[in-house]
Amino acid sequence: MTTIVTDNCKDCRFTDCVTVCPVACFHYDDVMLYIDPDVCIDCSACIPECPVQAIYEGDDIPEDKEQWIEINAERAPNLPVCEEQMDPLPGAEERKAALGF
Amino acid sequence: MSNLGTEDNPLLVAIVGSGPSGFYAAEALIKSELHIKVDILERLPAPFGLVRSGVAPDHQKLKQAIKLYEKIAESPDFKLIANVTVGTDISIKELCDAYHAIIFTCGAESDRKLGVHGENLKGSYTATEFVGWYNGHPDYRNREFDLSDDVAVIIGQGNVAADVSRILSKTIDELKHTDIAQHALDTLAESKIKEIHVIGRRGPAQAKFTPKELREFGELLDCDPVVLKQDLILNSESARELAEKSNIASKKIYDLFCEFSERVPDTAKSKKCFFSFLMSPKELIGDSKLEKIILEKNKLSGEPFKQSARGTGETIELDAGILFRSIGYRGIPIEGVPFNDNWGTIPNDKGRVTNLDGNLVPQLYTAGWIKRGPSGIIGTNRACSVETVECLIEDLDKLKSDTIKPGAQAIYTILNKKKIRHISFDEWKKIDAKEIEQGDSKGKPREKFTRISEMLSVIE
Ligand SMILES: Cc1cc2nc3c(=O)[nH]c(=O)nc-3n(C[C@H](O)[C@H](O)[C@H](O)COP(=O)(O)OP(=O)(O)OC[C@H]3O[C@@H](n4cnc5c(N)ncnc54)[C@H](O)[C@@H]3O)c2cc1C
Ligand code: SF4
Ligand code: SF4
Repeated sequence: MTTIVTDNCKDCRFTDCVTVCPVACFHYDDVMLYIDPDVCIDCSACIPECPVQAIYEGDDIPEDKEQWIEINAERAPNLPVCEEQMDPLPGAEERKAALGF
Repeated sequence: MSNLGTEDNPLLVAIVGSGPSGFYAAEALIKSELHIKVDILERLPAPFGLVRSGVAPDHQKLKQAIKLYEKIAESPDFKLIANVTVGTDISIKELCDAYHAIIFTCGAESDRKLGVHGENLKGSYTATEFVGWYNGHPDYRNREFDLSDDVAVIIGQGNVAADVSRILSKTIDELKHTDIAQHALDTLAESKIKEIHVIGRRGPAQAKFTPKELREFGELLDCDPVVLKQDLILNSESARELAEKSNIASKKIYDLFCEFSERVPDTAKSKKCFFSFLMSPKELIGDSKLEKIILEKNKLSGEPFKQSARGTGETIELDAGILFRSIGYRGIPIEGVPFNDNWGTIPNDKGRVTNLDGNLVPQLYTAGWIKRGPSGIIGTNRACSVETVECLIEDLDKLKSDTIKPGAQAIYTILNKKKIRHISFDEWKKIDAKEIEQGDSKGKPREKFTRISEMLSVIE
């Protein structure tokens, strides 16, 4: 089972999730974060931290988000690790509001 | 003398307790720009706190957090001084003399009490004892649990209650390839328990399980989850709680309970796990051992998200031979360190230890369960320890001392004088390798040593 970041994270990148990850398995690009499934221990600590509910655990991934399993697995290992909270991307608050949170 | 935190005058920090919060504090210190030496003192020969002795044996993947702790331990600036109890083997004064700062990350190792008549009857136990026992914690090696009655009751609806209930609900085949202690596996193999009742003080909208842990009850080989439909009727405040978008975890839990309540009972399964709500134990009854529990029905009152349970006076009886309470943990006071007896924690301001009046106590810091109370999972402690270390580094000027501090050398001298055998991380790795080897032939990830003497004999 895997835990994944999905499209709600795009353009907002609040990194609340990163501060509680016990194994530092979040990676980032300019747009969003991804979880490395080979390192993640599926502890679910990050899920309630995300202000835009972008993170899903394996048994709970909606069908229309399933493509993100592969996207996380492919992208994460080739990107730098995000170990500490970063500033949200510009416009993050607006995007959060637009997503209804 | 050069500034504190430089190569000639490194900042020396002692951390008390090698659980997640201890290791995350060590990590944050080692990663800082200062020159720092960090020593973790641990009561047991085996490090890693509740990741080793709390997290359930059938959740092995979570235990991989240990890989990160092993990496931290490789740092040349890190030492483990295990098999040493701070407060008895080493005093706080001795630590303060040897180090610039001390961080207490010693967890919450004692339980809250129900405070009802009969609580101390044989057959009434704490989740801590049972968890420690099946996880091979040396403190609980000699406990005996009588699983010969067909009804077991668990009081509490958090993840620890879920762990205890799940271990009782599983078959030996579902457990035998985990790192569960052999003595526990042998006892569980003889278990006669057929009914497990998991009882919550509040309603189904307030249960504190994580969806993932609860979902597992729907997937057990020989046990069916049972929830009565009438128990899922919500008052309007609880309905409002579940409608709140941010409360998605509680909504998922509630939906799972609904799913369980719709299930057609699987008659091929020999055990049932009942989830019941809005009840609190009022009295435990039995002659020489527990026979019956009197439960009082509760009613919720208060605003949404602030609802509390109050007894209605109406009681029901439940025949049961064994009860485990899992209603919260408390820290154990250490001599010379302030302690808030109401909360069971060390009083602090963002991790800086204070006395009970709120005044800062120099040199002392705290993180993890003993700082915040027993909430939050492994990763929560990372953010918590980072906050504490940030405070500690901000205080650098106040931590300066006029003389060079001796650090671990002074501690080794005291321990050697007292003939206390301290254990290094390299020595622990030998014990670790032996455990893994012992597990190999049984198809287990490891067979733990459950006595301190056995662990010591590996390295003598
Ligand atoms: C039964 C149970 C199951 C859990 N399951 C999960 C789970 O599935 N997933 C999850 O993410 N989290 C889980 N947790 C929570 C997680 O274990 C805790 O969040 C975490 O371990 C707390 O870390 P800590 O470092 O504060 O305390 P601990 O892990 O308790 O570490 C404290 C350490 O201090 C040592 N110590 C105590 N007193 C002294 C002293 N005087 N001198 C020296 N050393 C001392 C102890 O021996 C221990 O090693 C579980 C907890 C329990 C109790
Ligand atoms: S908290 Fe949510 S939105 Fe923020 S970085 Fe993490 S996954 Fe993305
Ligand atoms: S599930 Fe746990 S290990 Fe995986 S990314 Fe989230 S916090 Fe990290």
